[in-house]
Amino acid sequence: MSSQVSSAAATSLWEGGRSPYATNSKKFGMWLFIISDSLTFSALLFAYTYSRVSNPNWPTPFHFSPSIIFSTVMTFCLLSSSLTMVMAVHSMNHGNRKAAGAWILATMGGGAAFVVLHLNEWLNLINNEHVTPFENPWGVPLFGGTFFALTGLHMTHVVIGLIYLAIVCQAVLRGKFKAEDVEVSGLYWHFVDLVWMFIFPLVYLMSARIH
Amino acid sequence: MSVHTEAVEHIGGPTTMTFAKVWIALLVMTGVEVLLAYEQVPTMIMLTALLGLSIIKAALIIAYFMHLKFERLSLFLTLFPMLIFCVILMLIFLGDAVRIPAMRPPA
Repeated sequence: MSSQVSSAAATSLWEGGRSPYATNSKKFGMWLFIISDSLTFSALLFAYTYSRVSNPNWPTPFHFSPSIIFSTVMTFCLLSSSLTMVMAVHSMNHGNRKAAGAWILATMGGGAAFVVLHLNEWLNLINNEHVTPFENPWGVPLFGGTFFALTGLHMTHVVIGLIYLAIVCQAVLRGKFKAEDVEVSGLYWHFVDLVWMFIFPLVYLMSARIH
Repeated sequence: MSVHTEAVEHIGGPTTMTFAKVWIALLVMTGVEVLLAYEQVPTMIMLTALLGLSIIKAALIIAYFMHLKFERLSLFLTLFPMLIFCVILMLIFLGDAVRIPAMRPPA
């Protein structure tokens, strides 16, 4: 009887040395961060939605040209940078560090283009539509507050992602870091892309002024 | 349960072609979203369509680009039901948002 119990304990999942998710701890840690960050962005998106629903005179300042065209190109940049990031992980899994480095650089190019276009779009909104985080011509200050908080936090994530990728890229090219490290940085980058997939339609497209 | 079942499973992972197809699908859905905005579809239909497309796009990114489709089911079950539940809980405030305009004192 006692020998049966001890053999059951020896094969127990709680014995240690097992990985219930069959994944490494860095990747699992990044997943946990992504889930908690999703809740932060969800809360901000809900704050934006709440403000919008409770203010019937919510402004629609995004003209098709340039705002919607710019934000569509920004979406294209981010989606394409996600594809290049996947290719970087793919190359690294096949042991091709040079190609992985080049793909990460391409990813950074897409991210940098996104930031430049987004800043341009912000300046257009500030200078031409006179929207600031605290006031705007339509008398709905919550519009600027929620808009800049949401897109600003997202842009901060993109900038941090660029720094993160730069560190990973130089390490990969110098023969340091493993494939899993590139994959973990890829998870972060795809998450930034994923958040934009909600901000772009809910903030820009829902407030488009076509005519 | 033998130790061998714990071996990392990377069989049948996605190919470059799969990633390219997902990327094209994401671009097409973005195009449809912009078209909906350009055509000025009624607000509720537009909101439903945009949210539906966004959720499909997010699912594609998570499944293929973030590789979750090829991970263990236990990882998905640990992370996502809780997230979806918490996000749905946030909907509780929207009722207040709808009532607020009617409760404002006249200017």
